[in-house]
Amino acid sequence: MIEVNGLTKHYGDVAAIEGVTFNAPEGQILGFLGPNGAGKTTTMRILTCFLPPTGGSASVGGCDVVEQSMEVRKKIGYLPEHPPVYNDMTVKSYLRFVGKIKGVPSAQLAGRVDQTMEMTGTAHVHNTVVGHLSKGYKQRVGLAQALVHDPPVLILDEPTVGLDPKQIIEVREVIKSLSGDHTVILSTHILPEVNLTCERVVIINNGRIAGEGTPESLTAQLKDGEVLRAQVSGPEEQVNTTITGVPGVLEVSIEPAREAGEAVYLITTMPGEDVRDELSRQLVNGGFGLRELRSLEMTLEDIFLRLVAEEVDAQ
Amino acid sequence: MRNIFAVFAKELRSYFVSPVAYVIAGVFLFLTGYLFRNILMQFNFLCLQFVQRERFGGALPNLNLNEMVVTQFFGIMDFIWLLVVPMLTMRLYAEEKKGGTMELLMTSPITTVQVLLGKFFACLTLYTMIVALTLVFCVLLEVYGEPDWGPIWSAYFGYILLGGTFISVGVLASALTENQVVAVLLSFGMLLLLWLIDWSASFAGPTAAKILSYLSLIQHLQDFQRGVIDSKDVIYYLSFIFVALFLTTRIVESARWRR
Repeated sequence: MIEVNGLTKHYGDVAAIEGVTFNAPEGQILGFLGPNGAGKTTTMRILTCFLPPTGGSASVGGCDVVEQSMEVRKKIGYLPEHPPVYNDMTVKSYLRFVGKIKGVPSAQLAGRVDQTMEMTGTAHVHNTVVGHLSKGYKQRVGLAQALVHDPPVLILDEPTVGLDPKQIIEVREVIKSLSGDHTVILSTHILPEVNLTCERVVIINNGRIAGEGTPESLTAQLKDGEVLRAQVSGPEEQVNTTITGVPGVLEVSIEPAREAGEAVYLITTMPGEDVRDELSRQLVNGGFGLRELRSLEMTLEDIFLRLVAEEVDAQ
Repeated sequence: MRNIFAVFAKELRSYFVSPVAYVIAGVFLFLTGYLFRNILMQFNFLCLQFVQRERFGGALPNLNLNEMVVTQFFGIMDFIWLLVVPMLTMRLYAEEKKGGTMELLMTSPITTVQVLLGKFFACLTLYTMIVALTLVFCVLLEVYGEPDWGPIWSAYFGYILLGGTFISVGVLASALTENQVVAVLLSFGMLLLLWLIDWSASFAGPTAAKILSYLSLIQHLQDFQRGVIDSKDVIYYLSFIFVALFLTTRIVESARWRR
């Protein structure tokens, strides 16, 4: 549905994005993850035909963003970082205006406006002037604006920024309910959000793609060996020797535990080797108390930090 | 067409939901009313003098209601518009840029020209409404005298063209900036320069003088006030509007490429 190929954008001499390539198949929610200033907004602005790219190409539903700009604009619902609302209009008249310029047929306009207000929970404020609404409601009106012409593609720039936790959950639910018949790209710098809403993640840093895949596959891809966390009681040195003796163990680091006489051992193993069975057997046979043993999952946060760190190293 | 009308309705509405339209119409009508009253009083005074002179058998100059009241009144009204129009136009683009709604317009399936025409005609409509309110003064003249309506109608026609010209310059200035104060000053500066440009004609060579006095906004209005609708003047105003609006579309479009 969305194909981006070698996309580059320069602001004067500064490259905002450089050779960005990814695609989003129909019906998927794609998370666009990166720190502030990574180039998320620039990429989205090119996709929505707000800015022309310096190089590369992007297409939405088979239409090129430069050549067939009007076709692309019809297909896209866009929520910029700051919701583009007119503060002197009521919610309903604002949505009617957006519906009209987005090309909703007059006969369906009233129905579409009511439907989107229902979806985004703004129906009860339909007669309120947008300028009098709270940040959270403005954000919802912004989302309603992106949905009013029922576009096949939605591009949402940090849709949950400025909302309270309850509103965040509601907005996420709305976005999730859109997957299937809508292709959604949402950008965020909040990591758990990606885990919760997105089926696929593209990580962008310094204007380049730093990683791509499902949240799970990204985790797998970046694991160089598993890390186990073991809580063991007994003399530290002896326990350490026992653990190091187990085949497949690469490295052990010790952290003090809360209770006296026991310690937490972080054990890095060789990739693809499961040492848990052997490890527990040897510890128990050695007469130590094995209180806890579990493998540490890498969170998106770790992946993100590692990817960003690798970038810095590479440079 | 539907897109133009959507923008048109939105802009016109926003003039009327804010105090802008009412304040401007109110101040404008108060000022013009005050001026009209003074012009009329002066005319009355002249009439009295003439009656006395008639009694003593002096030569009677021509006393003309149109020339001495209507034309004078119109001559002052266009200067007030020069001050007021920049305030009507300043928000048209500057506000959209500042509020981030430009991003909505530029990513919607609506062309730059459609947005511009919607905005232009909304402003022109408000202008025409306020101008039409000054017809009250002419009706007053009709009640107590016998003005010639031909030149009045042609002057109003000229006013709509002049308003379009002012507005096209104001829109152009508004598209250049996201600061409304800058927009006002820019359009005011441009309009005043175009207003006074024929002054320097007196000191220029014969060809330059012709060009300069042709460019002057005010020169072309005088024929309308005399009751003459000359295609030369109509074409001047229409081409002026066209050029200013064309430049505006270029400026708005260039925002995409300039960043």
